[in-house]
Amino acid sequence: MSARQAVYNIGYLDEQTKRMIRRALLKAVAIPGFQVPFASREVPMPRGWGTGGVQVTAAVIGEDDVLKVIDQGADDTTNAVSIRSFFASVARVATTTRTDEATIIQTRHRIPETPLSEGQVLVYQVPIPEPLRFLEPRETETRRLHALEEYGLMFVKLYEDIARFGHIAKTYDYPVLVGGRYLMSPSPIPSFDNPKMHRNPALQLFGAGREKRIYAVPPFTSVESLGFEDFPFEPQRFDEPCALCGSTGGYLDEVITDDAGGSMFVCSDTDHCERTATRSGTESATGTEAIA
Amino acid sequence: MYVAVKGGERAIANAHALLAEQGRGHPELPAIDPAQVEGQLGVLVSRVMTEGSLYDPALAARAVLQAQGDVLEAVTLMRSYRTTLPRFGYTCAVDTAGLAPQRRISATFKDLPGGQQLGATFDYTHRLFSTPSSGADVPDRHDGSPDADDPAMPRVADLLGVGALIEPDARPGQDAAEPGDLTREPSVFPMSRAERLQALARSDEGFLLGLAYSSQRGFGTTHPFAGEVRVGEVEVEFDAPELGFAVPLGRIEVTECQMVNQFTGSAETPAQFTRGYGLAFGRSERKAMSMSIVDRALRGAEFDERVASPVQDEEFVISHGDNVAATGFVEHLKLPHYVDFQAELMLVRKLNAEFEEAHA
Repeated sequence: MSARQAVYNIGYLDEQTKRMIRRALLKAVAIPGFQVPFASREVPMPRGWGTGGVQVTAAVIGEDDVLKVIDQGADDTTNAVSIRSFFASVARVATTTRTDEATIIQTRHRIPETPLSEGQVLVYQVPIPEPLRFLEPRETETRRLHALEEYGLMFVKLYEDIARFGHIAKTYDYPVLVGGRYLMSPSPIPSFDNPKMHRNPALQLFGAGREKRIYAVPPFTSVESLGFEDFPFEPQRFDEPCALCGSTGGYLDEVITDDAGGSMFVCSDTDHCERTATRSGTESATGTEAIA
Repeated sequence: MYVAVKGGERAIANAHALLAEQGRGHPELPAIDPAQVEGQLGVLVSRVMTEGSLYDPALAARAVLQAQGDVLEAVTLMRSYRTTLPRFGYTCAVDTAGLAPQRRISATFKDLPGGQQLGATFDYTHRLFSTPSSGADVPDRHDGSPDADDPAMPRVADLLGVGALIEPDARPGQDAAEPGDLTREPSVFPMSRAERLQALARSDEGFLLGLAYSSQRGFGTTHPFAGEVRVGEVEVEFDAPELGFAVPLGRIEVTECQMVNQFTGSAETPAQFTRGYGLAFGRSERKAMSMSIVDRALRGAEFDERVASPVQDEEFVISHGDNVAATGFVEHLKLPHYVDFQAELMLVRKLNAEFEEAHA
């Protein structure tokens, strides 16, 4: 055969597709928390590895944007590295690991510890956009439940947790009510991060590529984690500081250090850890790569 | 010191170099030419084109090589390229009755206009290993094969249609003239039959085979007969508006299956046969047959049939048949989940502590 070249557009997606996604995004922003169906395209990484986030980012990114990509809070996890280098090569944009320097942050499973500001866009990778999916597997049925604002199923699930364990036993992907209307999956971020979504000045966009859904939380929108008057929502808390940078109040990863039950707790947000460490002159979570 | 998944760019580059090395095989043996794959692994190339939704044998052969024989990886390559191609328009519906078949069989009639033609098939071969040296030899054909004179071969479903013994191709008002396109428009359930057929054509061969088999074994039975299976090349024409007539673009090889199914009739409809339809690129008989059985099973609501089995459930079948989505999501469990796992770890510890306290 001839050595025919396969040619790809700048930013990978073709312009028609970008426009289609932007339209879906506009609709999503207009109806906070509502899942907008979109004709999800294939992207050159596997489904379930951030294809929704990648399409949203590809549709909103421009040449003067600065992109940060995190997975589990860290810039140096392999999938974050892979997606960042994808955009650096196909969209030729500047990238950063600093939360405050980024105009677009694509994330999987975390919201950065550094507070976001107006003008920033946080793009979430979403595996299962439907918060009711594990209570009702049918799309036709859950769509009706949203239309009727019928969220009894979810409250019964939370109530059953309390009846059985004495407290709500949901630790991540903790359901939220957006703008007082739509029940929404915050993606599998730990419930620790949920309060950061509420009235956040940044634009929060959610892309579920495999499930073909886009949704959004516009800046300064109310995001309420579900609870009861006598059993209100309680995010998880850590008792100890990060073993590397010494900061408190952040989400920590438990790192097994030996085979005798030893472990240490370190920041999940590597950028936060690094900057706290620089200020105090200690080693940080990113610094450990050299030792690995 | 910690967390093997935090490896960054160097680890990825090394992994890719290792992958390329493994894919190359023994360095002293010649690398496989894509043209060899296209010519000698035609059935595999057909599957990659069908599930990749792109008719391009040369590119599919390259995908198979680049994916080191991993079919789903090759399909992903095809799809991620296809999706970036600009869309000029839609071709005219292909006329499979005008397809000059290299293979055409019917299990419902002993003989029929145009006759039965076995063609290239694994059917009736003895599955014994050939000796390594004779594997490359092509035995001589005997005389008398009718492929030269190419008689008219009307579709079996059309023959039955003359006596109104089978439902027509499309029911009045059943489908709009312009079919939907799942790859360009948002899809929501319930789907039109045209959208469903598109989804089935892209679905995993193994998944459809399993579902079709489950239907044959009683989970949503459809009483199928292989009305016709035909393989051959069909002309593709494009109706360019500025010309006012259809322009032939070329020929593609397809496999078509018309499954004929029993239907005892309802209050409004007399007893007649119904159909399931399957169409795939290249030589893909198993896929086309499975597809046609699943297509018919999914039409239960149209015929007031009891819908109780997986194969009859549109959301179940269509949502899980796409192997690019399925393999991606199953394999994404390899990605780090330690943030969520940490949250669960804390919950289990808390529950355990509460349990100890209560039982102290």
